[in-house]
Amino acid sequence: MTGAEIVVEALKREKVEVVFGILGGALLPLFDVLYKKELKFILTRHEQAAAHMADGYARATGKVGVCLATSGPGATNLVTGIATAYMDSIPLVAITGQVATPLIGNDAFQEADTTGITRPITKYNYLVKDVKDLARTIKEAFYLASSGRPGPILIDLPVDVQRGETKYHYPEEIKIRTYKPTIAGHPLQIEKAAALIKKSKQPVIYAGGGVILSGGADQLEKLAEITRIPVTMTLLGLGGFSGEHSLSLGMLGMHGTRYANYAVMESDLIIAVGARFDDRVTGKIETFAPNAKIIHIDIDPSAISKNVKVDIPIVGDARSILEELIKEVKPLSLENWHKKIKEWKTKYPVTYQDDDKLRPQYVVEQIYHLTKGKAIITTEVGQNQMWAAQFYRYNRPRTFLSSGGLGTMGYGFPAAIGAQVGCPKSIVFDIAGDGSFQMNIQELTTAVLNHIPVKIAILNNGYLGMVRQWQELFYGKRYSYTDLGGGPDFVKVAEAFGAKGIRVNKKSEVKPAIEKAIEEKKLPVVIDFRVEPEENVFPMVPAGASLNQMIGGLA
Amino acid sequence: MEEKKHIISVTVENRFGVLARVAGLFSARGFNIDSLSVAETEDPTVSQMTIGVKGNERILEQIIKQLNKLIDVIKVQDLTSFDHLERELILIRVNATNRANIMKIVEIFGSQVIDVGQKSVVIELIGDSHRIQMMLKLLRPFGIKEIIRTGKVGIRKTREKNNG
Repeated sequence: MTGAEIVVEALKREKVEVVFGILGGALLPLFDVLYKKELKFILTRHEQAAAHMADGYARATGKVGVCLATSGPGATNLVTGIATAYMDSIPLVAITGQVATPLIGNDAFQEADTTGITRPITKYNYLVKDVKDLARTIKEAFYLASSGRPGPILIDLPVDVQRGETKYHYPEEIKIRTYKPTIAGHPLQIEKAAALIKKSKQPVIYAGGGVILSGGADQLEKLAEITRIPVTMTLLGLGGFSGEHSLSLGMLGMHGTRYANYAVMESDLIIAVGARFDDRVTGKIETFAPNAKIIHIDIDPSAISKNVKVDIPIVGDARSILEELIKEVKPLSLENWHKKIKEWKTKYPVTYQDDDKLRPQYVVEQIYHLTKGKAIITTEVGQNQMWAAQFYRYNRPRTFLSSGGLGTMGYGFPAAIGAQVGCPKSIVFDIAGDGSFQMNIQELTTAVLNHIPVKIAILNNGYLGMVRQWQELFYGKRYSYTDLGGGPDFVKVAEAFGAKGIRVNKKSEVKPAIEKAIEEKKLPVVIDFRVEPEENVFPMVPAGASLNQMIGGLA
Repeated sequence: MEEKKHIISVTVENRFGVLARVAGLFSARGFNIDSLSVAETEDPTVSQMTIGVKGNERILEQIIKQLNKLIDVIKVQDLTSFDHLERELILIRVNATNRANIMKIVEIFGSQVIDVGQKSVVIELIGDSHRIQMMLKLLRPFGIKEIIRTGKVGIRKTREKNNG
């Protein structure tokens, strides 16, 4: 069997349903095999989008996403997508073409040191120099991508290795002597954690993306419901605990709810589950939750005590540890704590000025109501992302897909396509900004040609809005290059690509437009919401301030 | 927190790219490597790295965790936290204006002259950093022209069972 045939056979063995990418000279042998159409392949218009599609597919389905790109520029174009997945621990396998092995290092045409470039942004990567290693490498790649703390794996595949022949043998199991992720938490640590929980008077659960990645949302809900401990989530944790639940505090951090941030700051115990105390979450680290003991559940030992000192670390899989912890805990009497939180919730609700103007928050709220909270939402990065996090209540895991760590503008639209491919029955919305959407707008072609009916809700304010907000608040309103100068006519752009375009200028047009978009089952729909240009995201913790020193967003 | 010198012993898979991964881990986090030595072990599939770094406890903890996280890393030990031996090889080219005195110093240290020229000699010394510093201090007045050192290697001391 040739190397190229081995790749396709191996991907089939790994139950890969779809591959996203673009070919090129260094992938010709592989694409000659894909010509037989034994694997579904979606041809994108830019490799970055292929990586985001694979990422969106992985986040929405929980399976490993796969993308392909040729050598040199194909591979470098994947880089942003791979880095995005790496920062958010998303399982991805990227296969890149490479120049023939005798030419490697010669500055050959379309050559780049792909493994060198991607080393710091992959969990692991391979340069396959011998076709005999290929099957085992692919097996390892899928295993590494999806186990432990998941992440992207890259396989660099020289064109002569694709043509090379060997006997095909796909290993059933592989052992990597250096790689043994801890799954079960240490029983003694779990016991200690339970004892600390029992004593706490003002505890908070702080849930991150690890809850979703481990499939531990049900266990988290049980823990919260048994103990009655309120739950706040990181951006990536949204949906890991239902935002509609009475114990939910919503998101914490820079643009979190006031009540979540106040609760964390006044807590005497923080139970962090699959979260990493990112700077956007903690605010000024020195003043973060001064009275709290911290229990930290994480599969990655290096995440523990990295940013804050942890009292009880429990290394392992969040779901498995929560499962054990549930057995050890009992209902707590937290009446006073709940009373306090209720007061905050009443006094500081998540709100905006709901007048007759077309405000972006209203658009997000209407998407939530009209999809009954059952849609998959992807976001771009910036104000659109924060409004999508604040005004839509995610009630299931894997329904909020957003580039949290890297903050990649241009992520949302291709991720929505990937999610829709993985979940054809779901309604998928990309809540976008006019700036971000233009960063991967070319994928409208991909969506049209493949009949992928994603909906792109552009909260069009004519600005790089989040940066403009910072300029307004902290740089004396000097709007340096954040005005996008009107931008394109998005309705015409949509139509030119063969998609549907709807313009919304007035508040009264919002609902009909969303309804129309939901009804469309074949084509992507672009809705150009001409929202208030200088609307800000509030509340907000200014950079360098403590988590409870929030500004704005008061009712 | 106090900055201390540490010697970290890292056992890794003997594959291409592993050194780059380890070095990249340090550079990406702004940790400076003071010294580094790498060689194959008695098992040809395994290499041994000895890395000298400076840092406080928190940095050290991060370094060790991050090293452990690398797929190619088999074992990580901070030798400084054990009873251990360390050695370094240094080659010193020194002005040979006063050969007799230089020879005396060489003798005292049990080192060797491995190359003799008209104007200079090359001395080889193996020892721990203290010993090497002492030797350099004594040789400096003669005029040191060149120094090449291997970087430290270290090993844990054998723990004999107490038979008494």
